[in-house]
Amino acid sequence: MDLTAFLIQVLNGVQYGFLLFLVASGLTLIFGIMGIINLAHGAFFMIGAYLAYSLTALVGNFFVAVLLGVFVMVAVGYLIERFAISFLYRRDHLYQVLLTYGLILVFNELQKIIWGTDFHSVPVPALLAGSVPLGSTQSYPIYRFFISLVCLAIAAGMYLVIARTRLGMMIRAGAWDREVVQTLGINIGRLFAIVFSLGAALAAFAGMIGAPVSSVYPGMGDQVLIISFVVVVIGGIGSVKGAFIGAMLIGLGDTFGKVLVPNLASFVVYALMAAVLLWRPQGLFGRGT
Amino acid sequence: MSARSESRLVSRPLVGLLGLAVVGFAIFPWLGGQYYVDLLMRVMILGIFAMSLDLLIGYTGLISFGHAAFFGLTGYVLVMVTPETGSISVWLALPACLIAAALVAAVIGWMSIRTSGIYFIMLTLALAQMLYYFFNDSTKYGGSDGTFIASRPSVSIGSLRLLDLGDRLTLYYVVLASMVGTFLLLMVLLRAPFGQVIQAIRANEARTRALGFAVQHYKLASFVIAGALAGFAGFLEATHTGIISPAHLSWHESGLVMIMVILGGMGTIYGAVLGAFILVFLQEFLQDMTEHWQLALGLIIIAVVLLLPKGVAGLPKQLAGTVGGRRQSRDAASVVEANDG
Repeated sequence: MDLTAFLIQVLNGVQYGFLLFLVASGLTLIFGIMGIINLAHGAFFMIGAYLAYSLTALVGNFFVAVLLGVFVMVAVGYLIERFAISFLYRRDHLYQVLLTYGLILVFNELQKIIWGTDFHSVPVPALLAGSVPLGSTQSYPIYRFFISLVCLAIAAGMYLVIARTRLGMMIRAGAWDREVVQTLGINIGRLFAIVFSLGAALAAFAGMIGAPVSSVYPGMGDQVLIISFVVVVIGGIGSVKGAFIGAMLIGLGDTFGKVLVPNLASFVVYALMAAVLLWRPQGLFGRGT
Repeated sequence: MSARSESRLVSRPLVGLLGLAVVGFAIFPWLGGQYYVDLLMRVMILGIFAMSLDLLIGYTGLISFGHAAFFGLTGYVLVMVTPETGSISVWLALPACLIAAALVAAVIGWMSIRTSGIYFIMLTLALAQMLYYFFNDSTKYGGSDGTFIASRPSVSIGSLRLLDLGDRLTLYYVVLASMVGTFLLLMVLLRAPFGQVIQAIRANEARTRALGFAVQHYKLASFVIAGALAGFAGFLEATHTGIISPAHLSWHESGLVMIMVILGGMGTIYGAVLGAFILVFLQEFLQDMTEHWQLALGLIIIAVVLLLPKGVAGLPKQLAGTVGGRRQSRDAASVVEANDG
């Protein structure tokens, strides 16, 4: 592998890692703040990808479609939180697993009813269709750079919101101690609804901007969900920083795994997880269990 | 604590009901058609699988979301040990399957029990998924399509052939005996000091540790026993259907078996079989009605979680309105325990 090829793989790994981060950060915040294990998070990613497919065809512009899709998913997330998740806060994780598993069945079947079982593709927007030459013979698509940059901006934005704003303060406090936050007069129910809707929108956004580089297919949410679990386990539950590091580790590990040991590619990420957990059972940035 | 768990094990009128149920299973092949015999066989096999998970969820307090790993693994072990011509003796195949399931459960359990709560759920899921991808990506055993098992294990002593597992009716009674045997084994286990300790762990882990029990060892032992029993169910499943595919180890299978345990009412053992019965026939019923039966199943699961916190087995009590009060007082008791624990 020469330097250019190596660089391309690094870029691919980082770009995949960024998409994983968008999904996993919502997952880890929902765990950390609300104490909810949300199996339907992967379904949000899938719905996002399908929305990008349908809305792009409908309005004719990818960016407008993504914007519309984000609003739709905030609303969907809010409704799910109100009418299903909010009944689970005081109950055992077991019931959260079951209810959100039920949601997966519902979403997967709705997807089949609405969009069928065919694979679809979303065209790369014309504005970003070219590629940048790398070295003398190879090139790298502009759109993939765009994905990484957008995700980087979102990650930076999340950091600022969590570290600097009043909402971020409530989120951090909520992750630390729910009851105390409540006695301090903060409307915890509303905070939960906000976190859940934003998490759903983030996952769907990842599905939307990722759609042009991968096809849109049934079951794509399940795969992302499990990998995001691995990311969250590596990073430590409730830690956005951990989710970021974990996502990059898995993004790069998976990409290089596919190049170096193609037969064991899907095995590599789990081996990485096992190695991290042997060293730190609570994850890299976890607060212990 | 012992008094409470004593009362949770099977009460006298229930013994009669369970006995009747077993008799019902036993005489069914004389009444029902071949199709339903196969369906009941599936219920019983999944019942064993679900009972093994109930030991973890309902009694040890370990919410394993990767239990299908052991169920599917033994099918592949059976493929590996079965020669291309002729058949393997069940006296070799069964121990091989059980040992393999127990070993893998020991490794997964060892890594997982160091954590708890959401972490434990995700870790068991991820490790089981690792095994899923191992068989899904390997070309040797048919990849994602799975593979056929060349022949069923033979049951003989010396040259005397005792049973023919290829015969549906024979296998039906073998499965029935296995189900009853698993139930009795778990009852004995839960009544034994071991069972008392794992139930104490579920009720209050810190206090059990303070009493001097090696909590982690008990959890791991429970995980290994449950894994081996799930492997036993997987062995029967593979023998019944003669095929094995990665789908048997997928997390959807882990989710379904968890639903069986909850539907039947966890922490009852027999409820697991009831849950398997309900789910299998519910699937049959919904599949007949609509192509989109998964949508209906999903909605039913959501409704059960929201409306039936104690499962179907707890429905009579819930209707009588006694469960709410008792659960509150028990919760209050556990809060007191946690506070001084």
